[in-house]
Amino acid sequence: MAHRDRQGRPLVAVTGLGVVTSLGQGREDNWTALTAGRSGIHAINRFPTEALRTTIAGTVDFVAAEPFCAPMLSERLAMLAAEEAVGEAGAGRTGDFPGALFIAVPPVELEWPQRQALAEASGQNDGVTYRDLLGAAATGRFKPWHDLFLFGTVADRIADRFGTKGSPISLSTACSSGATAIQLGVEAIRRGETDAALCIGTDGSVHAEALIRFSLLSALSTHNDPPEAAAKPFAKNRDGFVMGEGAAALVIENAEAARARGAAILGYVLGCGERGDGFHRTRSSPDGAPIVAAIRGAIEDAGLTPDDIDYVNAHGTGTPENDKMESMGCMAVIGERMKSVPISSNKSMIGHTLTAAGAVEAVMSLLTIRSGRIPPTINYHVPDPAIPLDVVPNEARDADVGIVLSNSFGFGGQNTCLVIGAEPK
Amino acid sequence: MMREVVITGVGLVSCVGEDAESHLAALASGAPPRLDTTTFAPYAVHPAVHLDYDRQIPKKSDQRQMEPWQRLGVYAAGLALETAGAKADAGLKGRMHLIVAAGGGERDYAVDGQILTGIRNAADPGVFLNERLMSDLRPTLFLAQLSNLLAGNISIVHGVTGASRTFMGEESAGLDAIRVAHARIAAGQGDIFLVGGAYNAERPDVLLMFELGGFLWKKPFRSVWDRAAEGGGFIPGSGAAFLVMEAREHAARRGATPLAALAGVVSERTRRTPGALPAALARHWATLGASPGAVVLSGATGVSPASEEERAWLTTVGAATIHATGDLVGHTVEAQAPTGAVLATALLQRGAAEAVVTSVGHWRGDGAIRLTRAE
Repeated sequence: MAHRDRQGRPLVAVTGLGVVTSLGQGREDNWTALTAGRSGIHAINRFPTEALRTTIAGTVDFVAAEPFCAPMLSERLAMLAAEEAVGEAGAGRTGDFPGALFIAVPPVELEWPQRQALAEASGQNDGVTYRDLLGAAATGRFKPWHDLFLFGTVADRIADRFGTKGSPISLSTACSSGATAIQLGVEAIRRGETDAALCIGTDGSVHAEALIRFSLLSALSTHNDPPEAAAKPFAKNRDGFVMGEGAAALVIENAEAARARGAAILGYVLGCGERGDGFHRTRSSPDGAPIVAAIRGAIEDAGLTPDDIDYVNAHGTGTPENDKMESMGCMAVIGERMKSVPISSNKSMIGHTLTAAGAVEAVMSLLTIRSGRIPPTINYHVPDPAIPLDVVPNEARDADVGIVLSNSFGFGGQNTCLVIGAEPK
Repeated sequence: MMREVVITGVGLVSCVGEDAESHLAALASGAPPRLDTTTFAPYAVHPAVHLDYDRQIPKKSDQRQMEPWQRLGVYAAGLALETAGAKADAGLKGRMHLIVAAGGGERDYAVDGQILTGIRNAADPGVFLNERLMSDLRPTLFLAQLSNLLAGNISIVHGVTGASRTFMGEESAGLDAIRVAHARIAAGQGDIFLVGGAYNAERPDVLLMFELGGFLWKKPFRSVWDRAAEGGGFIPGSGAAFLVMEAREHAARRGATPLAALAGVVSERTRRTPGALPAALARHWATLGASPGAVVLSGATGVSPASEEERAWLTTVGAATIHATGDLVGHTVEAQAPTGAVLATALLQRGAAEAVVTSVGHWRGDGAIRLTRAE
């Protein structure tokens, strides 16, 4: 069996998967819900929603985090996903993972409860300024918040817990972050730097200000009732994405090393493609050239042709702009055949898990391959004539899927695509 | 395949100036660095020099869409592209990769203050917060806050649109950005990279983060080496540093002049138990094959005991000269390691044979970079 790809690089095998989303904890629960077309999106009860235009999200409400804040919930979600993936892979000993950590984490900062506590501690009753907050901070009473809100802390704690090797990489490429974490791991294995990598995307950052920021950019669906019908990727009446939370972890390994230790191989990350877009902070180049280049790059990197793609796990956010551009990009690369290549959006049920999405969708792509069942795009009732695609509407479908293209696109001109396969071709 | 990696472009802005020459002159003079001790008193910051942003960010609309940390970074990135002879080469920039070390963006301090004042007496604090944020937040402020939008703005303003990655994680992010770019070029996973970071210290929210942990130096200025007796601490500095890194053969093919060779980068996360840091630094020194005669650009922050430990170790390696970048530009967090690398490059261009940049984080992370003369 070949251990190297056509370019002579080590093949990258996937040996462990873990996931937690609003649909549940673990692969089993997530896959059952996803293939049943069940949505995890619900009315927000974490914070008051009066005065908000969007009052729904796919929050993960069954995982405790204390103190409750985005970095703590993101850490807990990442821990759960990593436990499942590392446990399955069986690489190394407990607490001694034999490779590097690449983790996509949401950008974090002090949140309102912390600011309010500092304001209170300052004793200032009117005209609170940052000078007062600094005075309260100087008392040393709030010391743990320094570590809690540093950008590198989630990675630090995951690295400690699993015993990953080297300096862990925390990264953000906005909504393609999860895919970038996998891509960085693939690159490190291909250049022989490590035989294994733990790649994670995590996001537990649905709080009032985060939701309001997206809302002010008109990025979110406002079809709040019923919540489970709000995310409508590729449908003509789509009106924005729905925020979600979750985490996914993949253990990837040099295939030769994985086979040598007798690991069960769940699939392969065959190719990665990426292209920046300098057109605009939130919009794609109108000609879609960077998206096209990223898709084409991933297929070429895998040593395949567009005809080899059996299924597209879409970025499919449900914003008018994304779905149009993604459709155009897929059509440009795959051609007329794209009209009959199934493409579906996990976000129709999970919502957009932002930093985690690329990793969550990579896990779902592997589960699609392994189960021979394609999860649907739910809430697809009004076809958009501008998107002439088979979006696997509303019901899961059995299909023999060998090669998946998984797309991730983000603000700031980020475009990252992965080609994931059952076997190298 | 292990290819040699060279630096062909550098950009640096800080409280000192916006070119290597002014920084080297300041290093030579030994004069105390420029400080602003009043704006955020009792906290001091090293303020960035006034920059004519039009020179690197021609469109006012682009300048308006950014907050200061992004403008500093985009400006320094432009300087690096200029010295690399890449600024006008759209084709080259279209396949140039980007690794940016970034924190997060800035807040609307007035809005925060008004909310904190009003929320105390609000009938329903949660609803009050929603109402105020919905009406008072500038929609585009979000884009000036997102970590990856420094990279995004570099793509927009300068047209650098290869792969774009943003690393987070304070000081380690800057070091790892250089390490990963070096590894990828050496392994043939890319020919040319723009790598660096930016930091705006002149913002109360970042001062707040570090003051929570008790890391800020609030006494009259002292060298980073002389703060331990009074508890230690760092003075944040505003600035940005970017490098154009490329395969030597790629630089030769396009006729670019290498300014320095990047011999190696190590980055670790050594647990800060007593004695562990000096042992780690000694290991990094050996791993990189550094020689006793090397010039050292230390990123020592002034935080105790890390900086004392680094100083004690440095006296054992017999370095020719030791410069503390913290005494020149302050602590620039994600830009700490890139700043050291830019200054090392400048010293190598002016006759030094070998330079080692150390990067020890204020809280975690440690590593070093070794550079040699380009020829």
